Amino acid sequence: MIVEFNKNSKQLTFKLTEDVDQHTVEKVRRKMDNEIKGYSPRKVVFDFSNIAFMDSAGIGMVLGRYKLAKMLNGNLEIINVNKSMKKIFDMSGVSRIINIVEEDKNEGVI
Amino acid sequence: MKGLYDNEMKLEFVSKTNNEAFARIAVAAFVSQLDPTIDELSDIKTAVSEAVTNSIIHGYEDEEGIVKITAKLFGNTVEIEVSDNGKGISNVEEARKPLYTSKPNMERSGMGFTIMESFMDYVNVESAVGLGTKVTMKKKIMSMEDEKETCIEA
Repeated sequence: MIVEFNKNSKQLTFKLTEDVDQHTVEKVRRKMDNEIKGYSPRKVVFDFSNIAFMDSAGIGMVLGRYKLAKMLNGNLEIINVNKSMKKIFDMSGVSRIINIVEEDKNEGVI
Repeated sequence: MKGLYDNEMKLEFVSKTNNEAFARIAVAAFVSQLDPTIDELSDIKTAVSEAVTNSIIHGYEDEEGIVKITAKLFGNTVEIEVSDNGKGISNVEEARKPLYTSKPNMERSGMGFTIMESFMDYVNVESAVGLGTKVTMKKKIMSMEDEKETCIEA
């Protein structure tokens, strides 16, 4: 996981580097919480662009951090998810409370 | 040898979450011979990951056990069985309900079975308390069908 903080926008970005399942979530969860508590960001961004797979462990990962961000008066956004990830976030109701931006499709490819 | 199935594989591994990725990737590699689309393969990987995670964190909880996977191919359909000899599920109907989880403290969403049902064509759960759980899932690979049709047309 790559962690980036932009001081001007107070935006904290978690760029995931490992496919999301129960195993990887248990590894990064605590670290994410510490980063959020440390920076009190205005916005937390989960960037899925570097990974291809997420199962339902991703739902808890995102919702847990969403609660913490809200508690610290911030917001959370999910970006660059693929079709399968979007389906999981839609089914679980995550997309009703969190803004999700889908992957940029390459132009010219239909 | 001509059996009931066109092809079959079996996998056994220790119930560690480290093996989740191995399990779904191995099943996906086996199913690849049916020439699935990326989306179909992704659906299968997700469903396998959900079933395997259930066996590891619910079936065996903190104990170590063996998770077994059998995958069978017949025609353009794959049948995947994920089983454990763990503690079992006392109320399968309740466990299959969306958002039901016995482990909210682990941030489990309770969407595992719902995802399996939505990503696969068929999901059956057999469980006995104290003996274990077996999840059987089937999915028809459509891309292979398309290809056959194209061949006939050509």
